[in-house]
Amino acid sequence: MNLLDRTVEFTAALRRANVPVSSAETVDAARAVGAIGWADRDALRAAFAATMCKRPLYRSAFDSLFDLYFPPRIGDGVVLPDEGGPAGEQQPGEQRNGDPSELTPQEIEALRRAMRDQLRDALLDGDDEKLRDLARRSVSAFGAAQNGPGQRSYFIYRVLRAMSPETLIADLLAAMLGDDDRGGLEERIARQTIADRIRAFEEMISSEVRRRMAEERGIEAVERTAVKPLADQVDFLRASQRDLVELRRQVYPLARRLATRLTARRRLGRAGRLDFRRTVRASLATGGVPIETKHRPHKPHKPELVVLCDVSGSVSSFAHFTLMLTHALREQFSKVRAFAFIDTTDEVTRFLRGLELGDMMARIASEADLVWFDGHSDYGHAIEVFAEKYPDAVGPRTSLLVLGDARNNYRATSAAVFRRLCGQARHSYWLNPEPRSYWGSGDSATTAYADLVDEMVECRNVEQLQHFIERLLPT
Amino acid sequence: MSLQGYAFADVADVRERLRETGYLADEAIATTVFLADRLGKPLLVEGPAGVGKTELAKSLAAAVGAELIRLQCYEGLDEARALYEWNYKKQLLRIQSASGATGEAAGDAAAGTASWQQTHDDIFSEEFLLSRPLLTAIRRDDPTVLLIDETDKADVEVEGLLLEVLSDFQVTIPELGTVKATRRPFVILTSNATRELSEALKRRCLYLNLDYPSAAREKEIVLARVPELPEKMAESLVRIVRALRAMELKKAPSIAETIDWGQTVLALGFDTMDDAAVTSTLGVVLKHASDQARAISQLKLGAN
Repeated sequence: MNLLDRTVEFTAALRRANVPVSSAETVDAARAVGAIGWADRDALRAAFAATMCKRPLYRSAFDSLFDLYFPPRIGDGVVLPDEGGPAGEQQPGEQRNGDPSELTPQEIEALRRAMRDQLRDALLDGDDEKLRDLARRSVSAFGAAQNGPGQRSYFIYRVLRAMSPETLIADLLAAMLGDDDRGGLEERIARQTIADRIRAFEEMISSEVRRRMAEERGIEAVERTAVKPLADQVDFLRASQRDLVELRRQVYPLARRLATRLTARRRLGRAGRLDFRRTVRASLATGGVPIETKHRPHKPHKPELVVLCDVSGSVSSFAHFTLMLTHALREQFSKVRAFAFIDTTDEVTRFLRGLELGDMMARIASEADLVWFDGHSDYGHAIEVFAEKYPDAVGPRTSLLVLGDARNNYRATSAAVFRRLCGQARHSYWLNPEPRSYWGSGDSATTAYADLVDEMVECRNVEQLQHFIERLLPT
Repeated sequence: MSLQGYAFADVADVRERLRETGYLADEAIATTVFLADRLGKPLLVEGPAGVGKTELAKSLAAAVGAELIRLQCYEGLDEARALYEWNYKKQLLRIQSASGATGEAAGDAAAGTASWQQTHDDIFSEEFLLSRPLLTAIRRDDPTVLLIDETDKADVEVEGLLLEVLSDFQVTIPELGTVKATRRPFVILTSNATRELSEALKRRCLYLNLDYPSAAREKEIVLARVPELPEKMAESLVRIVRALRAMELKKAPSIAETIDWGQTVLALGFDTMDDAAVTSTLGVVLKHASDQARAISQLKLGAN
């Protein structure tokens, strides 16, 4: 296979990962390569990124695929002559570590120690080249497992267990800081730096493992697992802690983008009523003939928003994100009130105004009064309490927004009360973070509620949430 | 691209010449700029505020010895402000003075028509044309860098206009004919991504996502901009800023703010970045009260 075919295949892989690449862009990429050549891998990556990856959102998918399709090396890697000297000296067993099964346990242990020492030095210097080299060698030494004849698998956790970079933190801190820096600002910053480097090292290991797997099994087999879903398609219910932090970081840019788009749409919409006074004034310039009519600016209708959200463990990340987003968009509404429940309801609007949005959920959980009986979701009781305690919350100008999976632990639904609430509200929507196909299965009470609200909307990821909010806000 | 050749010999040349103007480019920046030069395509630079997008355009202009023409986009920017406009006041004067002159020869219909034709040709000539940045950039014969700043602030219709200008580098003025670029300007568009630019525009551009730089590069930048700052200070400054960026803040500190911070601590004469120094100058980098509170609590600055 030549490199041009490789490029075309790479383009196809990008498209499979939902990164749109037009054929004009592929041509640009080829021209770009013509200008810079194939020799420098980093330049090649930059060239492809400039021509084919045009949103920051796509970048992580792009990088994973680039590493798969244009791997920096093959097999165990070749030790280049110029760096062979020091690298060779530092590693006992380098010649044989291609197949660790030949080593005795003592030798493996010695190798592990030696590599951990090198890892500590590399982490201390923050030398990316050394770290990458170590990642490569540690994967070939510790990551492989024979499964079946002639087939090897590589596992990230095996490498991490052998190298266990976390246990080096104390050593590193001691090396980085003098005695008088302890406990001060210096230490906290140093911890941060070390954590960053360790995370980078872990990334290197996982990309190395993917590369080795791709060699064993073929690129296509690895591709699907290697590429993480785009950030706006990460499932709320399955998001990892790191995904969630990333999502929260997106809240403000997202809110700003939504707001800009809305203002643009409003401006394009028709002007308001005729402004008689200004029209007459303007007509004086044309001898009393009103050639140009003046209009009052159109006043957008701003809905009142009442958010009623389930914050029990399973769906709290979804509720958190949505609350943050509605709060960030509060200027688009005339009023936002938020209520949270697990098996009873409390108003949480005050926490939205709190300083630390990141910790909002923790404060809601500890300070608001959400548990009445056993701390398992009880929609029925929560709705009753909501209607009883806050009878004035839902009025004729209100859009009622319920967030939750409607998993009610087979309890009573209070459908009658909920029907009345929906009747009082101008609009009522239910955002459900579960896939539509799960609705109504098991203890899900979606069937009881779906007909009462104007619409029950599947809202599994940021993309769907964004669509919904755009629809909710008037033009 | 006409025969004037390319501005840069290779990627290393881009780097070197940008460095001479005081802009430290990393591999991705240098490569992309080089490609924009070679492929003759506009370069769209996107990234958060204060990472040096506009600075890149300015340094580039200085590096290739070109003049920088800047079109600042804003809400409501239109063709008349971006491309060209007829100076109608001057045209009006010209018409009035012409009608004064022909008034004497009144009665002769043929003469009247001829002079009207004459006036008409006159008022739609070069003299009455107000050239705005896009047209100016296209018409120049000398090397030009055209900077279209904050493209995302402009309305969607402006993108349509840009598409036309940037794909063919020509502008059609009905009364004068088509003006074609004799020498393609080097075009840089910047965007803060407050909205997605249209796919069509992105397709025509090379894309560069500028993000916060690596620690080493940021330190170099700070040292280049604030040369009097001791290296050790710059290093701890950059490390603190990176720690701040890792927090969930409303507005993460930009490079420009790191540089400001360097200048501040220099001016105040601090010699280490201890808790007191950081607390008292935190306002330089964090501009939301809630962000400051968060930083103080997470770095445990309030303790003493």
